[in-house]
Formats: sequence, structure tokens, C-alpha cells
Amino acid sequence: MEFSTVVFYFFAAILLLSGLRVITAKNPVHAALALVLAFFTAAGLWILLEAEFLAITLVLVYVGAVMVLFLFVVMMLDINIEQLRQQFWDYLPIAALVAGLMIVQMVLVLGGETFGLTAPAPKPADYSNTRELGLLLYTEYVYPFELAAVILLVAIVAAIALTLRRRQGVKWVDPAVQVKVKREGRVRLVNLKPQKPELKAEEDEA
Amino acid sequence: MTFPMPDLLPAAPEILVLVMACVVLMFEAYAVRGQADRSEIVARPRVAGYVLTLLTLLAAAGLTAFTANGVSATTFSGMFVDDAMADLLKLMTYLAGIAAAIYSRQYLADRALMRGEYFALLLFAVLGMMVMISASHLLTLYLGLELLSLALYAMVALRRDDAVAVEAAMKYFVLGALASGLLLYGMSMLYGLTGTLELNKMAATLAGGVDNPVVLAFGLVFVVAGLGFKLGTAPFHMWVPDIYHGAPTAVTLFIGSAPKLAAFAFVIRLLADGLQPAHADWQQMLAVMAVLSLAIGNLAAIMQTNIKRMLAYSTIAHMGFLLLGVMTGELNGYGAALYYVVTYVIMSLGAFGLILHLARAGFEADALDDYKGLNSRAPWLAALMAILMLSMAGLPPFVGFYAKLTVLQALVGAGWIWLAVVAVLFSLVGAYYYLRVVKLMYFDTPHSHEPVLATPGDARLLLSVNGLGVLLLGLLPQPLLALCLEAMRLTYG
Repeated sequence: MEFSTVVFYFFAAILLLSGLRVITAKNPVHAALALVLAFFTAAGLWILLEAEFLAITLVLVYVGAVMVLFLFVVMMLDINIEQLRQQFWDYLPIAALVAGLMIVQMVLVLGGETFGLTAPAPKPADYSNTRELGLLLYTEYVYPFELAAVILLVAIVAAIALTLRRRQGVKWVDPAVQVKVKREGRVRLVNLKPQKPELKAEEDEA
Repeated sequence: MTFPMPDLLPAAPEILVLVMACVVLMFEAYAVRGQADRSEIVARPRVAGYVLTLLTLLAAAGLTAFTANGVSATTFSGMFVDDAMADLLKLMTYLAGIAAAIYSRQYLADRALMRGEYFALLLFAVLGMMVMISASHLLTLYLGLELLSLALYAMVALRRDDAVAVEAAMKYFVLGALASGLLLYGMSMLYGLTGTLELNKMAATLAGGVDNPVVLAFGLVFVVAGLGFKLGTAPFHMWVPDIYHGAPTAVTLFIGSAPKLAAFAFVIRLLADGLQPAHADWQQMLAVMAVLSLAIGNLAAIMQTNIKRMLAYSTIAHMGFLLLGVMTGELNGYGAALYYVVTYVIMSLGAFGLILHLARAGFEADALDDYKGLNSRAPWLAALMAILMLSMAGLPPFVGFYAKLTVLQALVGAGWIWLAVVAVLFSLVGAYYYLRVVKLMYFDTPHSHEPVLATPGDARLLLSVNGLGVLLLGLLPQPLLALCLEAMRLTYG
């Protein structure tokens, strides 16, 4: 067995176990951390496939940004996940049975050398995966690339349309108005004539 | 590395719709900014987005009709194709979008939904459908589908305070994601087998014979299951009634019309373009799905008391009929299915448009009982509804009859006589619940005698045109039928 095969199985085993932890962990924070581990090992697998750009992006974007944000949210929300997942445990036996059957069937169909794929020839040392991806992405695949951008735009619009609500009777300050404020708007100088206090008023109070 | 600039002309309608969707968004953002009192903003309907949407769809229709010449043009490295079928389906999509906007204006205004976001999302959904219709590559097919679905999920949930709508959106989202997963998994199998994502090349590779037919069948199962989810055919239909029922009726109208055209394009592109050599494999699966859809759709619709739910089950049955046309795997069958889906969309627009027309602020008009004695309250609306229901049931001389007849002819022509018999039997069962609506309107006494509120004249006019169009297309079925068959012949002949 080659060294890279050993590394593959090592990463693959960790990936599967951490994936399993994501859905079985009782504490949502643990689940999120297991997902981080899953991403890391997936990145390792991609490095093995010489797709270093994708591997680095996975770590930077998913582990660095998405999962950190996700962890924040999970820690801030007080969700009793056990209550939510009561049905998960109820359905687990039958789900496990179906999943097990599907795995057996898939192994029967897809096991071995079904696709007849052979490992590609190793690339020369100065081959840049990133450069190739960049060239393809902005030329041949520019149409799907733009479409993906539109999908993200729709996601942003949808998220804002669904969550931005203006409640009635909320005291709020418009910063644009606030910074434009002038002295004239706040201070009013009134010209008062000096006059004697009225004796009659004082007597009344007394 | 040199790279030729892609020819943008075939994609001009897509570019127009995208730009205008962004314009609607910007317009909304800046129009709101000028308002002083924010509490007023939510309540006051804003028509700028509505007008811009109508103008955009009209302009796109003009552009598509102007550039339609029956010749297939591909661009963007073979990922985009503009052919006769695409032009016809896109024109129908614009039409459905325009009708959906006009029908739903009053409904949206009554429910504080008349906002720029709604129309921007509608335009993005139309864009997604256009991308699907013009896709010649698995990647663009999938991206178009996601663009459409994402916009639709948001539209269903747009009334955030309505618990039923939010639940429907949640179900739609989860099941849609599951369907996308199935579809992608199947596509990855096909890619592994053929080594290409381009549909034409995939067909060429498959025609040359594959080493491992088991993987092909395996991939096909997932792809067809994903298609079944998206079309809403049994046994993947469970989301349809809940979403139709839970969504605001304006959104139901939209979901029930234009996306069916895109789903049809998706099925044809994938199965007829890319997997035609594997026809024998997917034919069986489609036949099973079609029979189940006809049975479940027609039988379950009988028990419904809510008209939106009833029409949802009827959609399932109609999609089953559509699959019958596709499964023949012949040009005639594809043409018949195209004709079927086009006429179904016209009927569906009318039926949901009528529900919208009867709805008022705080009253949805979605229970079957609300239609009791409609004839004595609003005879013209009752007549239109009767035309639409009879047409959906497939009675002559309405267009629904010819749609069913064409599909059955194609079926018999391909030698599937038993399937044709099954389809006719279930259509007879289906006639019961359509006729029940007619009976409620004409022979039952109404709950209330208050007259139907006056609704905008344009919606009323369009509704009349729609209902009479169903009758007219039934009396003169030949032009539209010939157009559909010709489009299919030009594309796949």
C-alpha cells in the first residue's frame, strides 16, 4: 500500500467519524466543532488530489469565516436541541435500517473499479492549480460563474426581505439627520428684558 | 491563452431581466429612503416595482419574439442554447409572469405585500426559469433551478407573520434541498460515467455504448427522482398540496404556472437532450411515476375542501399526464407534452386568478364552500370558472380536451395502449371534482348574498380574456398545436 493511500484512508476515516458526530452530538457547539474537523479533513483530501486552491479556500472560507460565525450564533441562541430532536431518536432505528440497506446497494453497484478511472499523470512542479482554475472560471465558465453570483444576490435579497422589519413605536435616530444637525436647530436664544420680580406673585406663593 | 468573447445576443433577454431586477431593487431602496414616516412605508402599496416588472417582461417578450428565428444558437462555450423550444417556452413564461403580476396586484396591496422585493424576486424567478429553459449543460441546468427555487422559497415566506405560510416555506425549502441533493448525486454519477457535463456530448458518449450500464441506471434513478420532486409527481408529490395551500394565493398562482414550463424544459433537456440513448431505462421510471401521479392526484383531490389544495392535487395529475407525453421518447410525444404544459399553464393562471379575484382583505376565498351559489352573486365570474374547470376536466370543446387528446394520440402511436386506457380512466375520476365546483356554483344556495367586490378593471379584463381564450383555443386548437409541434420539430427533428 502506498503512503498516499494510507493518508487517504486516515483522512477519510476522520471525515466520516466527524460527520457522524455532527448529527449525533447532543451539544450544538460540539456539533459545530465536529463540522470544523470535517472541513479540515476534507481539505486534506483535496490536497491529496492536488487541488490545493480548493483546499485552502475551504479552510479559509468555511472554517475561518462561516463556521466561526456559526459558532457565535449557536452559542448565543439558547436552544434545547434535545427537545427539538426527540423525533430524531424515535426514527433512528428505521432510518438506520434504510440507510444501511442503501449503503449495501450502493457498494454493490459502485464498489471496485466501476468507473474504470486511473490516476492521472503527476503534474510538473511549476503547474499551478489556482492559475488553471482562474483561467477556466473567468473564460469558459463565466456564465455559470455569473449565475452563481445572481443566486447569492437573491439569497441576500431574500434574507433581508424576510428579516428586516420596521416595528411601530420604536424610538430610533436617523444618523444622517443627526450629523447634519446645526446649532440653530438645538439652541434658541431668546432676548429677555430685565425686569423686577413681581411682588404680587411671591405673596401668592407664600 | 486566447478566449473569444461570447456572443451575447442570444442571451439578451436574460441580461435584460437581470438588469431590470436590479433596477427594481435599487428603485425600492431609494424610494423608501425619501419617506419621512417609516410606519407609513410598510402599509402603503408601492406600484413602481409592479410597473417596472410589467414593462420588463413586455420588453423581454419583444426581444425574444424579435430574435426568434427557429435556428439553434449556442453561446457561452456551449452552455447556453437558444432554439425554437426555448423561444416558445420563454414567451409563455413572460406571459405567465405578466398575468401573475396583474392578477395579484389587488391581493398584494390588501396584504401589505406590494413591495419592490416581491417583484424583484419574481423577476429573479423568471430569470431562473429562462436559464433552465436555455440550458445545454448540467451546470447551468442546476444553477437555473436553484435560482428559481431560492426566489420561490422567499416569495412563499414573504408574509412572515403568517404561520401557515412560513411552515409551507420551510417544507418547500427542506424538500427542495433534498431534491437538489438527489439530482446532484445522480448528475455526479452521469458525469463519472461519461466524463462530460455538456448534454450533447453526454448523449454522444452514451450512444457509443457504456462499459457499465448499472452505473447509468443508478445515476438515472437519482436524476429522475430529483426531477419527480421538482415536477411534483407522485411518489415525490407530498410537498405540493402543503405549499399550494400555505403560500399566499398570489404566490400559489405564480408557483402553479410558470415554473411548470421550466420544469418541462428541465425534463426535456435532461432526458431528451442528454439521456436519449438511455431512453429504455428512464421510460419505465416515468411510466410508473405517471400512473401513480394520475391515481394519487385524481383520487386525493376528491376529498379536499379547500380549492387551493384541490388544484394542487389536480396539478399532480396534470404533471402525470405531461410525463406520459415525455415517456414515449418520440418527437410526437415531446410535442404533445409541450402543448399540454402550455395549455395547462393558461388554465392554471385563470383558475388561480379567479380565486385571487374573489379574495378580499381578510378573506381568502379558498374554501370550496365560498363558491356556493357564485352564479347568483357574480354570473360572469361563475361562467369563467365553469369554463376553466370543464377545460381542466378535459371536456370538449375546451382546450384541455385537445391537450389530453394529443398526449393520448402520441401514447397510442408509440404503442402504449394500456397506459392510454389508464389515463382516460383516471381523467374520468378527475372530472368528478372539477364538475363539483361547477355544481356548487350553479345549483347550491350561497352563504351570503353580498355582491363580489369590484376589483381592478385590468385584472377583470385579463381574466375574461383568459377564460374566453381557453374556449377559443379549444374551438380552434390547430394554430397553437401546430406551433408546439413545429417548435419541437425544429429543436429535435
